[in-house]
Amino acid sequence: MERVPILEIGGVLLVSIQIDLQDQTVLALQEDLAQRISDTGAHGVVIDISGVEIVDSFIGRMFATIASLSRLFDATTVVVGMRPAVAITLVELGLTLGDVRTALNLERGLKILGEQRRGRR
Amino acid sequence: MTAAGGEPEELPIAGDDDVVRVRQLVRTYAQRVKLSLVNQTKLVTAASELARNTLVYGGGGVARIEVVTDGVRQGVRAVFHDDGPGIPDVTLALADGWSSGSGLGLGLSGSRRLVDEFDLDTEVGRGTTVTVVKWRG
Ligand SMILES: Nc1ncnc2c1ncn2[C@@H]1O[C@H](COP(=O)(O)OP(=O)(O)OP(=O)(O)O)[C@@H](O)[C@H]1O
Ligand SMILES: [Mg+2]
Repeated sequence: MERVPILEIGGVLLVSIQIDLQDQTVLALQEDLAQRISDTGAHGVVIDISGVEIVDSFIGRMFATIASLSRLFDATTVVVGMRPAVAITLVELGLTLGDVRTALNLERGLKILGEQRRGRR
Repeated sequence: MTAAGGEPEELPIAGDDDVVRVRQLVRTYAQRVKLSLVNQTKLVTAASELARNTLVYGGGGVARIEVVTDGVRQGVRAVFHDDGPGIPDVTLALADGWSSGSGLGLGLSGSRRLVDEFDLDTEVGRGTTVTVVKWRG
């Protein structure tokens, strides 16, 4: 099973998904992220899905799970870079990402996290 | 509707890495008949849901992918078959949000919306076969 790497840049954990996700990889990523947020005290998590060709119910649920998890550690999760075809498909599938924050691209995602952090200080 | 473009390809569904393989094969077929990117994405997403159901609830099975034609247009047909427990209440299973487990209950109902043709054939104690078709255009 492949594992998705997690990078840390200035208090933000960056996850860029570049592989075709199998369910075990999704579950491992959730666990790895929980551990890394708790270890690093990161204030934000960015999940870049610009390389992801499909989001099904299992992968969609991962975003919601990671968002809830990160909130327990006082961190915010932003999902960035969703492809238009994926967005259209998600809506028709009937999957709502709940209160998962999304942004157009990485730059905007980081901006959201930065603003939130300044707002809190 | 007849099969076109050669023999159907079959893939076993025995582990979650097979679900990924099914997605990739369906993508190849969708590109072969030149489905639009959105329709490719819809079909592959539906296939992912159905292959996972075959694995999780059917205890594994097989996927069969082929190109079909109705004379004027081409499409991709994907069949998901298992010899598992079957589905006792089809109406319930096809309802949005109903899951016998901890799922979101969107797999069947959602994939039905994502394709042009959807057929669910199931018998308790015998197994389940789901057939979907996505046409070009
Ligand atoms: N191949 C199958 N064999 C037996 N039962 C099945 C099969 N496929 C689906 N089911 C039943 O139908 C229910 C609904 O399936 P559906 O895919 O819509 O939702 P789910 O798998 O429970 O959740 P989700 O797909 O949203 O994660 C399942 O909970 C299961 O009880
Ligand atoms: Mg399902």
